[in-house]
Amino acid sequence: MFNTRLFGVPGFGSFQPFDELSRMRRQMDRLMDAFWDKPAFSLGASVFPAINLTEDENNFYVRAELPGIQAGDMDITAAGKNVTISGERKLAAEDASAKYHRREREGGRFSRALTMPKDIDADRIEARMSNGILTLRLPKAESAKPRRIAIGG
Amino acid sequence: MTDTTSKELKVQEKKEVTAPAEQTQPGVVFAPNVDIFETDQQINLVADLPGVTPDSLNIDLRDNILTLSADVVPLEGADENALFMEYPTGRFYRQFTLSDVIDQNRIDAHLKDGVLRLSLPKVEKATPRTITVTAG
Repeated sequence: MFNTRLFGVPGFGSFQPFDELSRMRRQMDRLMDAFWDKPAFSLGASVFPAINLTEDENNFYVRAELPGIQAGDMDITAAGKNVTISGERKLAAEDASAKYHRREREGGRFSRALTMPKDIDADRIEARMSNGILTLRLPKAESAKPRRIAIGG
Repeated sequence: MTDTTSKELKVQEKKEVTAPAEQTQPGVVFAPNVDIFETDQQINLVADLPGVTPDSLNIDLRDNILTLSADVVPLEGADENALFMEYPTGRFYRQFTLSDVIDQNRIDAHLKDGVLRLSLPKVEKATPRTITVTAG
């Protein structure tokens, strides 16, 4: 901290006005960190469904939690780098005499378009639903794969 | 239950909870979204538990407290790198106190596509009865 080094009076513990300032700044920083740093999900989704995107050497993986949605209620299209997931979540109609105590689950339509960071091979995309989680495997196009370059001796 | 299907779905942030006891395994715990509704014969509970398999789900009912807990195995492969993460994953945990007397032998649970459907039938004496009054 250059403040204290320039202006602080070493050895005179009682008079160090900038110490107090930098202490306050550290506290502010800590507060801001706690506010901004959501480690696991730094980008809050604004469009349903929330998506986790991962990649390995050959594929991108898109995952979304879509409990209770059948494969038939969903539509996935791909063109170029773009993938669109749309569909409708239908909640089962209950008996008319049922009295609700809690109703937190929601039904409705959704549509989300995603752009992959690199080119994908749209013909070989695989989609799978397992236990309410949709997994899309999007193979990277040949041009987008990392290449190992041999160094000539 | 009629026109819920016409509206646009919004993202619901997963609700993080603190487990009643300190955890032995690391990770965050979430409360699943539930619908609870009651008919004359039974109480029904529908819970969204994405990523939960029947053998990782634990349903426990004792002293009128119903406990749902479930482990979620992450689907991510070991060599996958996260590019962006919009939702966190973790265990599910939620407890409910049931006021009515439940017939424990007839509890029925179904888990399909990440949705648990639990029907808790009331015991005979708890089902309401209408008594007809005869004049005379």
